[in-house]
Amino acid sequence: MIQQIIFIIVAAAALGYAARQFLRVRRNILLGQDEATTGDPGARWSNVLLVAFGQKKMFKRWIPAVFHFFIYAAFLITQIELIEIFIDGIFGVHRFFASGLGGFYTFVISFIEILSLLAFVATIIFLARRNALKLPRFHKPEMKGWPKLDGNLILIFELILLVGIFSMNGADMVLQSRGVEHYSDTGNLAVSSWLGPALFGGLSDGTLVAVERFGWWLHLIMVFVFLNYLPKSKHLHIVLAFPNTYFARLRPRGEMENMPEIMNEVKSMMGLGDDTGEADLSMEEELPEFGANDVFTMSWKNVLGAYACTECGRCTAVCPANITGKKLSPRKIMMDIRDRAEEIGQRLDSGNKEFARDPEQPLSKENYEDGKSLFDYISREEIHACTTCNACVEACPVLINPLEPILKMRRYEILTESAGPSDWLPMFNSIENQGAAWAMNIDREQWTRE
Amino acid sequence: MTAEGTSPEILFWVGCAGSFDDRAQRITRAFATILQAAEISFAILGNEESCTGDPARRAGNEFLFQMSALQNIEVLNRYEIKKIVTACPHCFNTLKNEYPALGGNYEVIHHTQFLQELIDQGRLKLKEGGTFKGKKITYHDSCYMGRINGVYEAPRSVLAQLDADLVEMKRSRKNGLCCGAGGAQMWKEDEPGDKRINTERVEEALGTGAEAIVANCPFCITMLNDGVTAKEKQESVMVYDLSEMIVNNLQ
Repeated sequence: MIQQIIFIIVAAAALGYAARQFLRVRRNILLGQDEATTGDPGARWSNVLLVAFGQKKMFKRWIPAVFHFFIYAAFLITQIELIEIFIDGIFGVHRFFASGLGGFYTFVISFIEILSLLAFVATIIFLARRNALKLPRFHKPEMKGWPKLDGNLILIFELILLVGIFSMNGADMVLQSRGVEHYSDTGNLAVSSWLGPALFGGLSDGTLVAVERFGWWLHLIMVFVFLNYLPKSKHLHIVLAFPNTYFARLRPRGEMENMPEIMNEVKSMMGLGDDTGEADLSMEEELPEFGANDVFTMSWKNVLGAYACTECGRCTAVCPANITGKKLSPRKIMMDIRDRAEEIGQRLDSGNKEFARDPEQPLSKENYEDGKSLFDYISREEIHACTTCNACVEACPVLINPLEPILKMRRYEILTESAGPSDWLPMFNSIENQGAAWAMNIDREQWTRE
Repeated sequence: MTAEGTSPEILFWVGCAGSFDDRAQRITRAFATILQAAEISFAILGNEESCTGDPARRAGNEFLFQMSALQNIEVLNRYEIKKIVTACPHCFNTLKNEYPALGGNYEVIHHTQFLQELIDQGRLKLKEGGTFKGKKITYHDSCYMGRINGVYEAPRSVLAQLDADLVEMKRSRKNGLCCGAGGAQMWKEDEPGDKRINTERVEEALGTGAEAIVANCPFCITMLNDGVTAKEKQESVMVYDLSEMIVNNLQ
């Protein structure tokens, strides 16, 4: 009875706190601007199925893809066992499904065990790869400090969780074989039927009961720790990969987002068009802002991408600028957007009027000004180094687009600040005055005359 | 192209590089020669053509892009252009993917795709055992044709006609490495780094042992040429556009 009460209190607290944190993440994502989701929903669902569920893009690199798949599959399937743990915890029963499902129960739990064992091996390999193999993409400047620790913590949590599962099942197996009351027959589980006796065979009944309870609680506590750790971690990709693949753009890759407000302005300047967009930009009271310099002016889909990023660095590993030693790293762009969204979120939560644009009004997304922007995180040098080659876009296993934020920041720099690399000015001038990307003293038909 | 009642089969969009850059002019002439050999009636806009606006847009200058693009669309629509072929992947991408949102809808094809069509239809006859027969060549996917527009096979199938020994670089097709010119980099100095992107790419191309590096983009060709020259290999390794490879082997 006491166990049940403790269980309900712990579960309620863990789930409640996690819900609060997930709502904060949602709020932070929606700091970005509205963007409609257009295009064929069928194509979107197919992305979710193939890219998120099916991990299609992971399989460009076979070896990590297979190990990653073990961990992923084990994670998904273990949720079935978690349902039973909840039922057992609340009602104070033991292996609720075992008697009803019989042989099928043995099969399901055995399946979970085999995947868990594979996941255990994969996790150890990933830890070794991250720390001993010195894969360059895990050791870029943006991976120092917290991101490095985060990557390792996740793997360690996973190991602890798996230790929990195997202690629980292993001790249970031995107790069953001794015919101890309360431990109903589950059939021979694929891994713990040999691992249990091997590890715990010599222990007394009383110790075994304690080991079983320890494993059960350890598993459960780690699930709760995990759940509450996720919103702070790069590991959030296990949740957000799914919406991110759904909301990923379906437009052709080569199409930069059109800016209708500028198109209409230029049309009316050139005496073209329909005059439906009557907004005369120069007449507006505030100077209009174009492009993005902060999370508020990015699309919420860009911010979703930032939260969905698991910092694997495949984008950075293929970025031609990064490969040749430039400061640009597409992964860092996404990490910076998330860090900035977190900063704004924390400051909004603080309620500190110091961050209000108008101190008379309550602090909100609309009434916010902390004197900082994304340019405090991302330098000009970084956004200027991009060749728009789309290698990062192609590389991302969960369809994050790091190019879009870069181009939005370039737009901000040129259109709103009238800044940007001075090297570009002659090109701009010659396009404007001569309709050519280079100012040449020859005409366009010269090549026909030689 | 002051239309004289006859409407040409196709508009050849020459682009700024193809019009003004010495090296790219040679590509333009090669492609025009091929079109004539295949008896395609084509027109050019001449001085009515402007920059598509690609570099301005990618630099962030949307105003300038819109000015340039809307002006081009005016001209193209006035001449009732239906089909455009271009030898520049940047022009190709902007005409094909970005002009529709501004009211310019055309069938746009890249010259590598057009060359394949002409060969498949038997409108272009190539010599048996041409200049490159048996020689090692490598093909560089431009980002804007390859990864961005998914055209990988057309240029390769054209190259297959030359009986050359096509050696792929490790980073090819979807994984092709940029030459370093896109995103308006062509018009600015590199940001600080360890090496130039074109050097990285040329090292990879030279590593295949190819005698010729074939590309499909005037900007790539400039970058690759510079890289080959920087490696002092300009005597032994040539950088060609696909159309130059074909024009050398016309019957």
